[in-house]
Parts: sequence; C-alpha cells; structure tokens
Amino acid sequence: MLDSAEPYTTEDGRTIGPVVMEMKNITLRFGGVVAIQDISFDIREGEIRAIIGPNGAGKSSMLNVISGFYNPQDGEVWYKGEKRPSLKPYQVAQQGIARTFQNIALFEGMSVLDNVMTGRIRQMSAGLVAQAIWKGKAEREETENREAVERVIDFLEIQHIRKTPVSRLPYGLKKRVELARALAAEPSILLLDEPMAGMNVEEKEDMSRFILDVNDEFGTTIALIEHDMGVVMDLSDRVVVMDYGKKIGDGTPDEVRRNQDVIDAYLGVAHD
Amino acid sequence: MAKPIEAMDGLGSVPALLQRNALQFANRPAYREKEYGIWQSWTWAETEKEIEALALGLINLGVKEGDFISVIGRNRPYFYWSIVAAQSVGAIPVPLYQDAAADELAYVMDHCGARFAIVEDQEQVDKVIEIQDQLTEFEHMIYIDPRGLRKYDHAKLHQYDHIQDDGRATHGENISELRARREKLNYDSICVMLYTSGTTGKPKGVVLSNRNIIEASKSSSEFDNLRLTEEVLAYLPMAWVGDFIFSIGQAYWCGFCVNCPESAETMQTDLREIGPTYYFAPPRVFETQLTSVMIRMEDAGRMKKRLFDHYMAHARKVGGDILDGKPVSAMDRLKYGLGNLFVYGPLKNTLGLSRVRVGYTAGEAIGPEIFSFYRSLGINLKQLYGQTEASVFITLQPDGEVRADTVGVPAPGVEIRIAEGGEVFYRSPGTFEYYYKNEESTKSTKDPDGWVATGDAGYFDEETGQLRIIDRAKDVGKMAGGELYAPKYVENKLKFFPNILEAVVFGNGREECTAFINIDLTAVGNWAERNNIGYASYQELAGHPQVLETIREHVETVNRSLAGDPMLGGCQVHRFLVLHKELDADDGEMTRTRKVRRNVISEKFAELLTALYDGSDEIFTKTEVTYEDGRKGSISATLKIVDAAAVPVETQRVAAE
Repeated sequence: MLDSAEPYTTEDGRTIGPVVMEMKNITLRFGGVVAIQDISFDIREGEIRAIIGPNGAGKSSMLNVISGFYNPQDGEVWYKGEKRPSLKPYQVAQQGIARTFQNIALFEGMSVLDNVMTGRIRQMSAGLVAQAIWKGKAEREETENREAVERVIDFLEIQHIRKTPVSRLPYGLKKRVELARALAAEPSILLLDEPMAGMNVEEKEDMSRFILDVNDEFGTTIALIEHDMGVVMDLSDRVVVMDYGKKIGDGTPDEVRRNQDVIDAYLGVAHD
Repeated sequence: MAKPIEAMDGLGSVPALLQRNALQFANRPAYREKEYGIWQSWTWAETEKEIEALALGLINLGVKEGDFISVIGRNRPYFYWSIVAAQSVGAIPVPLYQDAAADELAYVMDHCGARFAIVEDQEQVDKVIEIQDQLTEFEHMIYIDPRGLRKYDHAKLHQYDHIQDDGRATHGENISELRARREKLNYDSICVMLYTSGTTGKPKGVVLSNRNIIEASKSSSEFDNLRLTEEVLAYLPMAWVGDFIFSIGQAYWCGFCVNCPESAETMQTDLREIGPTYYFAPPRVFETQLTSVMIRMEDAGRMKKRLFDHYMAHARKVGGDILDGKPVSAMDRLKYGLGNLFVYGPLKNTLGLSRVRVGYTAGEAIGPEIFSFYRSLGINLKQLYGQTEASVFITLQPDGEVRADTVGVPAPGVEIRIAEGGEVFYRSPGTFEYYYKNEESTKSTKDPDGWVATGDAGYFDEETGQLRIIDRAKDVGKMAGGELYAPKYVENKLKFFPNILEAVVFGNGREECTAFINIDLTAVGNWAERNNIGYASYQELAGHPQVLETIREHVETVNRSLAGDPMLGGCQVHRFLVLHKELDADDGEMTRTRKVRRNVISEKFAELLTALYDGSDEIFTKTEVTYEDGRKGSISATLKIVDAAAVPVETQRVAAE
C-alpha cells in the first residue's frame, strides 16, 4: 500500500496527491437497519474514486455521509487533516464539496444559466436589498460570477441551451446542467451520484469525457457512484466495492477485478 | 489572353489590405466572436497587431516562403488571422473542412505537402497525429483550444497563444524579415489554395492568386454596393471558397466586420443577435428555416395562425413586386405595411434577417416557393452562380431582376459563352491560376485563352437574358427514346417538397427514369406526430405506407410539371423507392458540401437499382454505415418499390400537330 501522505504519478502521467479525505470506521444505522457497517477508506487529492456495489449496498448512503447530509452514528470523517464535526449541508458546501444527484435536482422552471448561477451562491455576499435593486456590490458580483459560470458553460458545451428552461431539456442534458452547477461552485471535491444512469452509449461517452476533462483541467478530486462497470473501470483510479453495507474490496480497477469476494458478490452473481 | 489587371495603390495582397484597414479604419470593428456569452470584438488596429504577432511567431517557428499551412477549424477570428498571418510570411494557407475524416485529411495534406497545421482542438490534433506518419513533409502543429492537450508531447505541438507570445518576444529580430516578405507580395503571388469538394474523384487543389481574390471581391462589392458598415455572420465552412470571398476578400476590401458564432448549435441565436446586413446561405439553410417556421405555425394558436395565413397570402401576392419596385396599388401597400407590423417584421426578426440588405443563395437550385417566401417578406434574397475556380462569381442577379429559376447576368468582368453541347464556359479576372500538381486537369479545364469549362450545362433565358443552369454537363444524357436526360433538374424539383430531403434520379440510356428518395425526418416526423403515427426509427418512418403514398403524390406532381417542359418531358420518374438510411458524407455518398455522388450511390446500392428496373415489388438489402467516430455497422431493410403514374408529354403532341 502506498504511503497516504506521499503523492504518486499514475501510468497516464497524472499526479495524484496525498489523502484529502478519510473515512474511519463509519457505521450508519436507520433505526434497526444497518446501512453502512464499519467502513474505512480514503480519497486522495486529484484522483477519481469510484464507489460501486449492487443495489442496496449502501453506496448512496456513503455519498451522503461524505457530503455531510447524514451523520454516522459511529466513526469519523477526516477532511484536510482535521476531524470534521457534524455539519449542515451548506457548511459542507462551504468547505468545497459539491455534488450531483441520482434523481436530477434542478430548478425546472428556471433557465440553464440561472440554475448554474445558483452554484455560485457561496461566492456571493450582497444582501437581500442590494440584490433586489441590483446596484453596487450586487451588480458587480453578478458580473464576476457570470463570467465564471460562462466558463463552465463553455467547458461543458451547453452554450446552445443557455437560456432554455431546464424543464424542456432531455435527460442527458439535464445531467450535464447538474454537473455544470456543481462545477460552478469550484469545488475541491466533486461527488457524482450515478452520473450515467439512464443514458445511452453516446451520452455516456460524452459524460465520461467531461468527467475526465474536469479532473484533468481543474485538478478536481472526484468521488462517484456508478453502475456501469465498463465506465467505472475505465474512469477511476481506485474503486471501493460495497455489499450489504460492508466494504468487500478496495484498490485499483485491476485489483478489484481480480478480487474473489468482489467477483462473487457483484460481478459474478447478482443479488437483484 | 488579355493583359492581366494590375493592383491599385499598392493594394496587391490581402496583408496589404490589412495594413490599409488598420490605418484607415483603425477603430472600426473587424471581428467579433461570441465567447463566454458575450460578443468580444477586435478593431482593425487590434486585428493587425494580433496577425503581426502570429506572423512573427510563425517566422520564429521556421515557416519559409512557399510553405503550405493547413488551417482546420470552425469559423473563428483566430483562423482568419492564421490565414492572413500565413500570407504575410509568404506561406500559402490551405483551409480544410474540420469535419473531414482522417484519411480525407491525409490525402490533401500529403498532396500539398503541408509543413504546418493550425487546428482548433484536441479532436483535430488527434486526427492529424493519427495521419502524421503518412505525411512526409509535416513538422509542426499549432492548436487554439488547450483543453485535454496538456499531457501531449509538445516537441512539435504548440499552443496558439504561445506562438503569438514568441512572436512578440522576437519582434526586434524578425520584424524586418516580416516586412520584407510582406512587401514581396503582389497580384501574382498565391493568396490561398482551396480544395474542391470532389464530386468525382480526388479533391483538386485550386490555386488562387491575390489578383483573383481581390479583383473578384472588388467587382462584386461594387455590384452590390457593399460598404464599410456591413455586418456578416461567418458560419459556412472555411474551406469553402464562398466563405473565403465573403469573410476575407470582401471583408478586407470593404473593411466590414466579420462575426463568428459561438458554436454551430447557437448559430440561429447568434444570427438574431448580430442581424447581418449581408448574408449568404445555401438553399438548404433557407429550407430548414422555412420548415421550422411552418412547423411552429402548425402549433400556434388559431388566432395567430389565421393572422399569419392571411398576411402571408397577401405577401405572396404583392411582396415580391414591392421589393422589385414594380407598381403596386396604394391599398395593397397599406395592407402590406400592416402585415409588416403584425407578421413580416416580427418573423424577420425571429429569423435574424431584419437588417439583410443583400442576401444570396447558391450552390444548389432553390425551390421557387421557398425563394418567393423570403422575397415576399421583403428580404432581398438573390441568386448567384459560381465555383471555386472562378473565385466564386460567374453570374449574379441584379437588384429588381430576381427570379427563382435563373442565376443572373454575368458578374462584372466575366465573359460567358455556351459551347455546342450546352456546357457553360467563362473567362474572368477571378479565374484560378492552376490546379496544384495536376497539370493535366488544369489543361482540360482551362484553355490557353483563359476560358474555363464549368462542367455545367445551361442556356441564356431569352425573356430575361439571365443564365439558366440545368445540370452537370457530364450528367446530361439521352434517354433510350432520344429525349434529353437531366437528372439533377428532376431531383431539384423533387427536393422542393419539404418531405423530400434528397433524391437521386437514374435513367441515362434507359427507357424510363427511376429514383431513390430520402425523406426529411423533421418534416415527415412532424407530420407523423400530428397524425398519431408511431415510429421507432428513421427506417421505420421511411417505410410507412402512408409516407410512401405521400411521396408517390409528390413524384406524380413532378411528373405532371415535367410533362409541360419542352426539353425535359422524358425524365418523368416511373418507379421509385424510399431509402432506409440518410445519404451521408461519412459514408462517401455525398460530398462535404452535400452534393450527391451519383456513381458511388449507384454502385453501393446496385441491387436496389436493379430492382427498380426488373419489376419487383420489394427488395431486401443490407448496407454498411460509418458512424461519426469512424466505427462501422450495418443496417438491413426490406424496401417497397412504388410505381408512379407518368403523364404523356404535351409538347410532343403539339409538335406532331
């Protein structure tokens, strides 16, 4: 195992930094149901980290623990070398963690541009009155943030739907808009909950390309949950495998692919 | 041959025009591009600085006079600057189609022996790297968008900005070299090399001199009174001669502003925002726009629809005459004015055509209905006829003398003669120098007196004195019965129906004509939606009995109209089938400019062609298709063959009486 504090270089020449987030013995229960049982793993800076597992394995719960939406009953979350106290989701966002959702959670009636602008709220501080009359600081802030948003729009190639209400967009594009909103927040860690669910092959290829580009261009650390094995194995640097709330494998895609427990639990026999 | 025309006031090259514009029109906008949601603009003075920095960078990189530089990308100011920078250092720019497949690029880049390439992004970089081994003389590549390219080996790969930075840094050492090279340029030096689309065989490199480009730009600008204040939207492929003339030739001659859209998908929005005053579009663009207007009107409320129908009927009646300056009663004018307030004005605004003073269409025949629709709205849409070898202009329609079925009078300085077989020949200052490395083709196309064979058959219309083109000269043939056979003429008539996207007519030397037809998925799909007809794929819709019935009606309408034509009555389509796939340039069935490759199609679909003539009712077929990324797959289908009624030709009867 590599030293957690030491950066290393991957085969394709990317530099992966030291551990930025660490889960230590996380256990999460809903009443009597144990969703996550004593799981530990880490996320390194700049890597693409996948969490996989069959339906009901506790993947989304895990992501919700990372995003601070759930507070585990046992265990600790360490972020940037400090133990993280239980936080409100907006406080987690302030720490530089952004996410997308498995079921798209955009403002359907608003335009793409406005939706992506909401990703910048963390960077805006003008008061309610100033915002309402749109003078001085509010105006200046909007101009600055609009520029950042436009860069994201350009990056994800959604210029043509800039002014389109989200409700009119097809599914694949909505997913991309959601990614845009998360990116607009300039996160240091990006959490993606099933970014490819329900997409056709072409849309998946596009989305994979964007995920790689985000990682490559901005150095964003990415943690993602995904069902499509091909996508996971191609994209990720390291993979955590979960089954029935337990961790049954952790390592590079090749290591995971060879792990007998993983083959039995997930790749070999299906539970669903 | 007549004595060659010499340049005026030392304006013998595009870089010289740039110098003039940077002085005379220093603070006028030269380029705009929408980026990050905002129109960014550059004045002529700024443009000159940008181009100079790039040119110095190119010298620094080792570009020599006479080198060929490929330019591959969509319309962006950077690429226009690249072209002029290449010219400034004495190199020859070769703009190429950015959607060309790797092997197509390999052919042309190897043919011209390009030492350098300036490309847009990772996609193009990958493509050139893939073919690099086949290019013996290729050395350096410059890209504009660095995204995804950071990890590439940068030994021979450079970022555009860095080349400009190097240029600025080496200003002191290289500026005198740049000036010297720029001053050597004159009317005889090569301005650009453009590859023809290659309807038949391999593409040919057409070498155009500064004389060709500047003279053609100058005389056409005068013809239409183009001014400094024009706005154009540059959205057509840069490898196409038209874009070169409009966005470089005429823009530099007149000093007007070239606007580049944000991306291909936003073109319509950008068009609206810019509101060009001078606009060119191939017929297909006008067709698509009209189709989308009509589809949206179908979905509009009843009140709006009635208003639209009422005033459009009035526009059809008098709109064209008002535009042509013919007498129209005061009452009709008043009503037209109201229509303008309620319908035409807002519609033109939506289309982005409110400010168009001069509009052109060319490349293919345009449907009379489509043409008159735009004209009746008060848009001065005209036709021109041209080709790469002529630096575009052969004929142009003057204001007020516009018709759908002719292409105009000879452009200023152009002489035209019709050969015995009907082929059109021309001679003009814009006539190309030669085909690069292809003396044989040069000789067979351009005779020692400077006359060029267009390859098109046509005649001068007696009534208007304008040229009428009927078909490619080599495609014109005879039916078995001796009647004239002109497939494209028939195909165009078929394509005028919104439901028909493409048609390919066969029948040379045979008893009767037959056709392959492609339906237009937008139009037919919308019809299916309104009539609750479900379909899962293009193929299924194309084979739907009601669709076939509709197409049959269209074919029969065309047959009736052909029957009234004295020359082409024999070309009526007796049997046809609707193809199971769209004809596509990726499959080699069309050129990149979307002209059908008749021979390729008749070979590829030989069994279908046989079935059209052997009397069978249906045929099973399997076709290989190429996806955008180069992978191959196949689709199979059973196609119905439909008979269409032909009409006895009237004129033969008249002749007999």
